[in-house]
Amino acid sequence: MEWGNVILQGVLVGGLYALFATGLSLIFGVMRLVNIAHGDLIVLAAYVALICVTQTTLNPLLAIFIVAPLMALAGYFLQRLVFNRTLGPDLLPPLLVSFGLSVIIQNGLLQVFSADSRKLSAGAIETATVQVVDGLSIGVLPLLMFATAVAIIGALQFMFYSLPLGRALRATSDDPEVARLMGYDNKHLFGVAMAISLAVVAVAGIFLAVRANFDPAIGPSRLIYGFEAVIIGGLGNLWGTLAGGVILGVAQAIGAKIDPGWQLLAGHLVFLAVLAFRPEGLFPKVDG
Amino acid sequence: MADSALLEIENLNAFYGSFQALFGVALGVRAGETLAVIGANSAGKSTLMKAIVGLVQTRGAAIRFRAENIVALETQDIVRKGIALVPEGRRLFRSLSVEENLQAGGQMQRKGPWSLSTIYSLFPILREKRAQPSISLSGGQQQMVAIGRALMANPDLLLIDELSLGLAPIVIRDIYAALPRVTAQGTSAIIVEQDTTQALAVADRVYCLRGGRVTLEGTPTSLSRDAISSAYFGV
Amino acid sequence: MSAPSFRIERSTPESKVALGLGIVALIALAAGPWWIDRNGMRIVGEFLVYLSLASMWNLLAGYAGLVSVGQQAYVGFGGYFLFAWAVLGGLPPLLSVPFAGLAAAVLALPISALVFRLKGAYFAIGTWVVAEVFLLLAAQVTVLGGGSGISLPIDVVRAIGASRDARDMNVYWSTLGIAVAILIGIYILLRSRWGLALQAIRDGELAAETTGVSVAGAKRLLYVVASAGTAMIGALIFLAKLRISPNAAFSVNDWTAFVIFITVIGGIGRIEGPIIGTLLYFALRSALADLGAIYLIVLGCVAVVVMLFAPKGLWGLVADRFGWQLFPTTCRLVLTQPSSQTSPSLKGE
Repeated sequence: MEWGNVILQGVLVGGLYALFATGLSLIFGVMRLVNIAHGDLIVLAAYVALICVTQTTLNPLLAIFIVAPLMALAGYFLQRLVFNRTLGPDLLPPLLVSFGLSVIIQNGLLQVFSADSRKLSAGAIETATVQVVDGLSIGVLPLLMFATAVAIIGALQFMFYSLPLGRALRATSDDPEVARLMGYDNKHLFGVAMAISLAVVAVAGIFLAVRANFDPAIGPSRLIYGFEAVIIGGLGNLWGTLAGGVILGVAQAIGAKIDPGWQLLAGHLVFLAVLAFRPEGLFPKVDG
Repeated sequence: MADSALLEIENLNAFYGSFQALFGVALGVRAGETLAVIGANSAGKSTLMKAIVGLVQTRGAAIRFRAENIVALETQDIVRKGIALVPEGRRLFRSLSVEENLQAGGQMQRKGPWSLSTIYSLFPILREKRAQPSISLSGGQQQMVAIGRALMANPDLLLIDELSLGLAPIVIRDIYAALPRVTAQGTSAIIVEQDTTQALAVADRVYCLRGGRVTLEGTPTSLSRDAISSAYFGV
Repeated sequence: MSAPSFRIERSTPESKVALGLGIVALIALAAGPWWIDRNGMRIVGEFLVYLSLASMWNLLAGYAGLVSVGQQAYVGFGGYFLFAWAVLGGLPPLLSVPFAGLAAAVLALPISALVFRLKGAYFAIGTWVVAEVFLLLAAQVTVLGGGSGISLPIDVVRAIGASRDARDMNVYWSTLGIAVAILIGIYILLRSRWGLALQAIRDGELAAETTGVSVAGAKRLLYVVASAGTAMIGALIFLAKLRISPNAAFSVNDWTAFVIFITVIGGIGRIEGPIIGTLLYFALRSALADLGAIYLIVLGCVAVVVMLFAPKGLWGLVADRFGWQLFPTTCRLVLTQPSSQTSPSLKGE
């Protein structure tokens, strides 16, 4: 049962990694933008939640209803005022601007909140567990995290394939010029996509902050976990991304069980192995 | 031009960077009229279509649609006024199904005769294929989707770029057979063609472009074959 | 009218001035130990390090379109190679520099096979993962101090130079030598047949392919060259610091963020860019040195603004305005017809 527990924990953490990945994958799918500041935005959301919680004594899990709209709004304007100016045939501008943004956010947080690590306390739910079988129990919080990831991915999937907004986003992604011929306003749609991405980032940031300590410098590794989940799962497939997150989480859990120093390394090695032997990912999108 | 002018173009110069593709083009479409724009490859026909909907850089031009100058507007705002373009090469949205492509075309929800059901009765084959990925269709069927997608916007002016390029003759005949049902709804049309015969049969008037300039304008009946081929080839 | 006579020139008036200034600067820098104080030498050494790192990164991103945010992998690799070479191997520390480059080149080949599978922006994050793996592996090497790091033993330090002054001079001259070699090397590379290929890549991969150049081959060559150069600089950096730890060796901020900002602000895709950028970086740093994190924020903002509004960087603005080329890599046609004063330039860009 010891190994069963390890793997189960890994699976549940994988839900969090899938949340890191979803926003990244979404904006790449819609506008081919890789946002290097993605991880730092997750950490920023955690600090916004920290402010909310200390100002209002709200439970951090409920702070999501304040943080998500705020981040979404910020995302819309970030896209309209900054990233839309960088989109074009040249890859360099969006990449370097988002890299600059990453450094700005990281050091901005460092300046305001110092390098001390923080944590959000969600109360009794943090220690609550559900007994599955004898000797195997699941924490309620990790379970909630995983269920949220599944719910968010399911909702995005529904939005993409069943709602007019999703149709618009896919059309714009396929051919931005023809999308304009249909009367779509691409700049607005890109803004909406970034808003959705940062709303998911807000959820990820809060779970990150409730689950463990955080400080201004941990953004880049969250970006990397999210990125690895996307590549392991296969580009353009949100359920694949969930699977990628789970595989990464399990690999890290097994690595950590063997030797604490191997936790992160094991995750990276699985990623590199996928890149070496199945570069299209484990569950690539089948193109019509 | 007469009061009934739907679209009036004056002094249209169009550029790709520093390369000039159109030189002082003037053109007019009256309400309910079908225009054919013919010319050889790279005569500037596609550039003319793109310039109308604001997809290429222009200089010094006036493009008036229902007497309003639209030359400075963004593409998405121009099409909202009631102009739809079927682009060269059809360019369907590849990740969307046939029906989703049509729905994307109708997303502005302009009032008019065209809806999913009327498109399906115009091109019955599309009803059968509605759930299929658009790129799995044959070239002719894709052109039907592209035309249907443009009609879903219920445009007052329909632009079709290279209607028959790359299609089998029998498919071309089918599509041309459907065109009168489109224009019978009061929709004006500009049809761009390299292959002149079909276009001249449906057009009220014809413009010929060569080297980015209008070399001939008239009604198909008033123009001799020789006049057309000299305007077309410059010989 | 008779046919105009002409000649083909590569050098430009300003490039001749720059060459003169460059030689004067080189002599002055080489004589540095005799006229610059110890603190000044440290700053000049750091200047040369950043100039070299930025030039290497510029070669990757500016010419091959390979935007890496993981070149710190090779800085750290070079540093750890030095420590392994001197501490475990007992070999002369200064000699580790060329071998660090060689080892990095060998290592870069299989790594490029992996990361080159990622396209465009995902390549950037892929290189970052590789750097993280390097960092984590370095922390596992207990003989080199594991996660907390290690200092060079006193006998190794003496092997760099008998006295502190001799040590500083040896490291300084090595750094100057590497920096000059890197600049001249890049210049020669860009003027060669490969250089033409690289310029074609910068202008569009399709265009490059149609000229018969192997785009993949040219990119791989650049990746290997840049990684080797970066590792040599890495060895020198830690030769000067005398101490290494995984976090210092593989720091994204120190070895990649600053380097990217320097190149972007100075002008990406031009040899002059990193030079201008490094000068500006040191000027800004001395003005904002006490501000800590704010300094990085300001630098990040400047880089973002430059990228948005002057994507060719400051040197790009100057070069476009005056048509200057300090390192002429393109030829121009000079009409020598007596009546004509004009000399239209046919640039190969």
